[in-house]
Amino acid sequence: MAQSTSTQILDPSPGRPWQKSPRQFIPDLVVFVLALAVSEVTVSLTGLRGKIALLSLFTLYSMAGSMVIAFRRRGISAMGNALASSFVYLSVALVALPLFSVVITVISRGVHALRINTFTQDMAATQPDAPFNQGGALHAILGTIVLILLATAISVPIGVLTGLYLTEIKGRAEGLVRFLVQAMSGVPSIVAGLFVYAVWIVGGHGGFSGFSGAVALSILMLPTVARTAEEVLRLVPNDLREAGVALGGTQWRTVVMVVLPAARSGLITATVLGIARIAGETAPLLLTIFGTTAKHFNPFSGPMSALPLYVFQLLQSGLNVAIARAWTGSLVLLAMITVLFTFARVVGGKSKS
Amino acid sequence: MSNLININRNEGDDVAAEPNEGSLVSSLAAVANRAVRIPANVRNAGADLEARGVHAWFGANHVLSDINLAFSAGTVTALIGPSGCGKSTFLRTLNRMHEFIPTAAMAGEVLLDGVDIYEQGTDVTKIRLKIGMVFQKPNPFPSMTIGENVLSGLKLAQLKHSNKSDLMEECLTRAGLWNEVKDRLSAHGGSLSGGQQQRLCIARALAVSPEVLLMDEPCSALDPGSTLRIEETIRHLAESVIVVIVTHNMQQAARVSDYTGFFLSEDGPGRLIEFAPTREIFSRPKDPRTEAYVTGRFG
Repeated sequence: MAQSTSTQILDPSPGRPWQKSPRQFIPDLVVFVLALAVSEVTVSLTGLRGKIALLSLFTLYSMAGSMVIAFRRRGISAMGNALASSFVYLSVALVALPLFSVVITVISRGVHALRINTFTQDMAATQPDAPFNQGGALHAILGTIVLILLATAISVPIGVLTGLYLTEIKGRAEGLVRFLVQAMSGVPSIVAGLFVYAVWIVGGHGGFSGFSGAVALSILMLPTVARTAEEVLRLVPNDLREAGVALGGTQWRTVVMVVLPAARSGLITATVLGIARIAGETAPLLLTIFGTTAKHFNPFSGPMSALPLYVFQLLQSGLNVAIARAWTGSLVLLAMITVLFTFARVVGGKSKS
Repeated sequence: MSNLININRNEGDDVAAEPNEGSLVSSLAAVANRAVRIPANVRNAGADLEARGVHAWFGANHVLSDINLAFSAGTVTALIGPSGCGKSTFLRTLNRMHEFIPTAAMAGEVLLDGVDIYEQGTDVTKIRLKIGMVFQKPNPFPSMTIGENVLSGLKLAQLKHSNKSDLMEECLTRAGLWNEVKDRLSAHGGSLSGGQQQRLCIARALAVSPEVLLMDEPCSALDPGSTLRIEETIRHLAESVIVVIVTHNMQQAARVSDYTGFFLSEDGPGRLIEFAPTREIFSRPKDPRTEAYVTGRFG
């Protein structure tokens, strides 16, 4: 006995004694197979039909099975634990399912009309029912890029400064500002569009233009950026502010040199969330940039297009070919947002290295 | 007196656990005597800091009453006392960090070289440049490298310095950290150990050449080895700056300080009970409450 102990010490191998051994997985596996089999049988024998019925039955049976196993192993409290974890896993699945479903649908339908010319041509000289190797979404892609850049340039500085007012200055209007920001985040997007249309465009300050659209989008983006910025600035330890001020910095120097860099990755998240809020907005754009089929760079005059609007207007035509183009537009929008978010994560993550 | 004895029994000072009071007093006094004394002639005739009739409040709560204390150049002063006696608050009134707490209020004067730092129109950033501070918890700037941390005070206060690499080396050397970090000045400050981070914070405070350095329990989060290094650092710093250190560790006060002030709050605002050369506080305290505290009978 003593000898075996000493050999264990002399020759340790890394192990994970807290993990389940393969033997202990057997009951779980049995429950899985059994639940699958029983739900198949139930579907074939009763009036229940389809994948949804099968999945729901499987979920119910496997939950019941894992609870039984837990009860036999460690009693009633373990059963409660098993039930709670089943619900957690179920919720994760319910959240993930629509996401994957959307992504897969957009990809499978979007590739149909995806050609090189999607990225190189606009629709100015192309009928909506033209073959897929003619025309493209270039005007909408450029429009979306211009709109996102402009809206970000307007709302990120204002949003971060609002966050700084709430966390650093803590002025008298703190409560009012926070209330207004919250109220602003509840503004329906069509109202934002209507506001810019009524005040800016009808008021004669400018026509349909990219800038008008960017202003409408900023109204939607600003509260998201401001609230997230406030949250992440609040996470910066007060010690750092005190250290900066105790070294003879003014409050502004301390904010610029210490607080903002410490919150950098969070502020990038705030920007990303703000962009996510507006990238797919269609309603305010209808009233502000109007839409066009030609490439248009100047955001300060003339109608522009954007991917959501491109999708919307093609879908409205009702032609099968046009609808296929609309799906491609959705795919391009999805891809653009993915690239943007990945880029932001990579840039934002560097500060911790 | 009897109710005092029960205040903060579990304060956690290792001294408090010592059973033999008489020998403790003499051993602390011996430590105080052993501490390196810098001859008066090598001390520079630098700044003078004096608190006159300082009171402090948080909201309606009067936490500090009528503190009169003078700190002279080339000395280390330790402020001791049980938790909640106002010694940290007092320290923060000395470089106007007290006003950072929204409900804070104060009365009295703090004179730096004879000028009240609370005088209307005083540039508070200049005051804090002259009176540096080291906090209880090491707080290097996480977004900066070790080297940038040392020089951050220059950038924060927008000061010019002709030779930044020399200054960096000098400050890190004075903080006793140079040999440990000289090969990785571009590593992040957060990659250092707790004790090294605290010495980095000391180096950072030194880079703007303060006349006074306030230290708020600088070793409370550190291991004995790092504590020893920082205490050595404090002794060396005393050659050029006034050091005021708040500490819960009476042995530390005995080791590093020339003067000791004992603060106590008796069902009211904290007061300065006794201020004397450290040797006297630990060997023959005049006030019975001081004696009770330094012998570990309470606190």
